[in-house]
Amino acid sequence: MNEPEHVPDPPEAMSRRQFIGWGAAAVAGLAIAPGVTLFDLAHGRPAAQAASNKVRWGMLIDTNQCSAGCNDCVTACSRENHLSGGLAPTDSQWVRKMELKDLRSGKTHSLPMLCQHCEHPPCVDVCPTGASFKRADGIVLVDRHICIGCRYCMMACPYKARSFVHADVTGQNPDVPRGKGCVESCTLCVHRIDRDQKPACVEACAAAGHNAMIFGDLNDPHSEISKHIAAYAMTQVRADLALNTAVRYQGL
Amino acid sequence: MRSEAKSRRAPCRHAAVGKGLLLLIAALTVAAPVCAADATRVPKPVIEAAKGEKCVESTDFMRRNHMELLKHQRDATMHQGIRTKNHSLNGCIECHASRRDNSVVGSDRNFCQSCHSYAAVNIDCFECHASKPKAPAERAAFKQAGVATIGTGQAVK
Repeated sequence: MNEPEHVPDPPEAMSRRQFIGWGAAAVAGLAIAPGVTLFDLAHGRPAAQAASNKVRWGMLIDTNQCSAGCNDCVTACSRENHLSGGLAPTDSQWVRKMELKDLRSGKTHSLPMLCQHCEHPPCVDVCPTGASFKRADGIVLVDRHICIGCRYCMMACPYKARSFVHADVTGQNPDVPRGKGCVESCTLCVHRIDRDQKPACVEACAAAGHNAMIFGDLNDPHSEISKHIAAYAMTQVRADLALNTAVRYQGL
Repeated sequence: MRSEAKSRRAPCRHAAVGKGLLLLIAALTVAAPVCAADATRVPKPVIEAAKGEKCVESTDFMRRNHMELLKHQRDATMHQGIRTKNHSLNGCIECHASRRDNSVVGSDRNFCQSCHSYAAVNIDCFECHASKPKAPAERAAFKQAGVATIGTGQAVK
């Protein structure tokens, strides 16, 4: 009966909720090993940890920023993945630079076309051996150990994103094994993503000062790519197929 | 007369054959270890010392099980993105690339090929995988990027 009446905290004093929030932040920031903090781990996945389906990697391409004469994303891709860079029908092309023109208005668009890393990839549907698969974090890949080179996936892909390796390959990047007799396509530079780097094309685009490509986690509402997608009109190429692509185009 | 001659010659011939056999056996016993040391039929593998201090597993274990480790790691890396160094092919190559030509295949003196040609087992790995380690500059950049290399250190048994 003698309890004192509850006195509300003065506004400048630290509220209980605020205090708990700060405490949690302090704990998360604690170093668990020299140079490694819990906070860091939330961003860069440790090498021993499997890719998680909480993340879905995606790419946003702003065709207004993409410059017509520029080919930097393609050359960066060729350098990173040891592609010949040739344009013959038998040369692998993981990214193609395309120029589109609206015949009525005359407006031109320049854009890179690559594997769209669909949520429901047709290439995975048709693969008879299970070599085409989608990783937990949404990256569509070919397991070359299982691929028999039948090329059904190349026919199934509405984006013409896959290539077949016709000739022997030597001098590969140790992180990107590739050789004759298998189908391949853009891996979204999975070897770089696994070590917390951006794909080579995105880096090259930023280095050229165009910043037409944004890479990030589509599932994280605070990522740059998600904020863009929430703010601007986006196009999925062949949206009628309802594949829910991870590569989105702005300004098309 | 004839039969006598025959009977006289016969033991002589036996003795000669016996002596020849003895000589042959003696020659073989002396020559056998020499032949083995020469190993003229199939040359023994030449195993170049690796660059690292110590292998991730014992030599005996690796001789019998390296293919299992590699296959396990291959699937983990490909499908789950697990990129620990310990049992990765790139990890092997970094240590075992020859000091002569910086490769694990190419001649019977290179690490992978020397044993595999002795055992007559094809290696298909290097039709897709690089047989040389990353260039030192690239490796330095890789380390600078703050790569976490958390090895399990556990043998798969």
